[in-house]
Amino acid sequence: MTDVCIIGIGIHKFGRTDGMSGRQQGAYAVREALKDCGLEWPDIQFAFGGSAAGGNADSLVNELGLTGIQFVNVSNGCATGGSALLSAYSAIKAGQYDVGVAVGFDKHPRGAFNADPKSSGLETWYGETGLMLTTQFFGMKIQKYLHDHDLSPEVLGLVAQKAFRNGKLNPNAWRREEVDLGTIMNSEMLSDPLTKYMFCSPAEGGVALILASEKVARRYTNRPVFLRAVSMKTRHYGSFEVFSPYLALQRAPAPTVFASKAAYEMAGLGPEDMHVIQIQDTESGAEIMHMAENGFCKDGEQEKLLREGATEITGRMPMNTDGGCIANGEPIGASGLRQVYEVVLQLRGEAGARQVQNNPKSGYTHVYGAPGLSACTILQN
Amino acid sequence: MAKQQVPVQEGLFTWPSDNPQLIARREKKTGRVYFPAIHNYVADEDSEEVLLGTRGKLYTWTIQGFLPKNPPYKGPETVETFKPYGVGYIELPGEVIVESRLTTADPKELKIGMEMEMTIIPFREDEKGNEVVTFAFAPVKG
Repeated sequence: MTDVCIIGIGIHKFGRTDGMSGRQQGAYAVREALKDCGLEWPDIQFAFGGSAAGGNADSLVNELGLTGIQFVNVSNGCATGGSALLSAYSAIKAGQYDVGVAVGFDKHPRGAFNADPKSSGLETWYGETGLMLTTQFFGMKIQKYLHDHDLSPEVLGLVAQKAFRNGKLNPNAWRREEVDLGTIMNSEMLSDPLTKYMFCSPAEGGVALILASEKVARRYTNRPVFLRAVSMKTRHYGSFEVFSPYLALQRAPAPTVFASKAAYEMAGLGPEDMHVIQIQDTESGAEIMHMAENGFCKDGEQEKLLREGATEITGRMPMNTDGGCIANGEPIGASGLRQVYEVVLQLRGEAGARQVQNNPKSGYTHVYGAPGLSACTILQN
Repeated sequence: MAKQQVPVQEGLFTWPSDNPQLIARREKKTGRVYFPAIHNYVADEDSEEVLLGTRGKLYTWTIQGFLPKNPPYKGPETVETFKPYGVGYIELPGEVIVESRLTTADPKELKIGMEMEMTIIPFREDEKGNEVVTFAFAPVKG
């Protein structure tokens, strides 16, 4: 079977872009990705795309050209981008196609997401009485984690501080100003122990990746990035997930643990081999827990690692080098693909002011979302 | 005339009752307990209804610091009148862990592992002037 490569990457700046629809931002990202590898839209044989609030992804063909291609819409919550990428990977791996696009875009209204109990299979009382907020879940999960592993709440501030510091170096990020630790810790308490600056916000943006079989990739680029692993897993009974009126008495490992393990096995690599890492940081607590769930440290080691700078761009496990969700915001459809975009940029050595030094060879991405699923990738140059 | 109290959802807890209890279902084969019973987590023929214990331990907690969006939230507050409320998971020994509003929003009164007890609290008034009530857990005093 052929190897699968990423040959072109495109992004529309994250944040708020008035006067431009989510779909237009998606189309912009596709055009940028085409330009990046010297292809044109009629060269594209298939697409997988997703958007949670920006309309059907397949309507992008109105903007890009009616060329008759297969275009499948993907919807998997926060893992929408990861699932689009997984699908595109499988199509090429299976020999069905040689070159295609994974694309995601979104444009969310301001403020926390307002969830609909019915679409999550829940009765209305749950939302009606104020229990159905993702922010609450994040607060409760990290509250327990900090307690069980004896971590101080300040560790959450350190994660956010790093995100803003990295965002400052990323021209496509939304939040581009450093925020000091005191301001982060003392900002409005939204869901104890998480303050306002520790959360990412719903946002806008678009990302497109062009994938090709190795043979075709060599025709267009001399710097393909290989997708060594793509995995996606859902929750087991006992997992602590968002929008759960009940939890089992015993905790099962999180879906991330399974997705991560599958990715390492597929690539024949381990967490110690990753030179640049993107993990889901919908809020500071998520980055803390995901560090351990993805195998980058043991439970409880995070505070030490953060304090010694291990996860900084200059550290031994550079993490969320583009500012992550906290500095970029979360346009759901595009968010997972942004992580891959960043890793490709880093592996090419094109990340500018935030470039990880010493020619990173291998990179890792991870998304996690409702109602308890996770997707991981491993990339190599 | 006193306002009539109606549950936020029929079948969520026993009501009216002097000792209200949450209504769950236990799967016969596995012994797993699912809450609430009204949700079809498990088929009726494979499970039996159980009334949950009213005391347990605080598994985790948070304080909801801002007014949730409506929909889905139906609380009576406005941005001006909103006061943060506590939310937590309570581990009912040998049964299940349930999510619930808490009667306190003071972080100093909440500690993981502390004893909690179920109670019924007024939530809002409905269109007919009834008082809509829901369940909550309160720290056990003393």
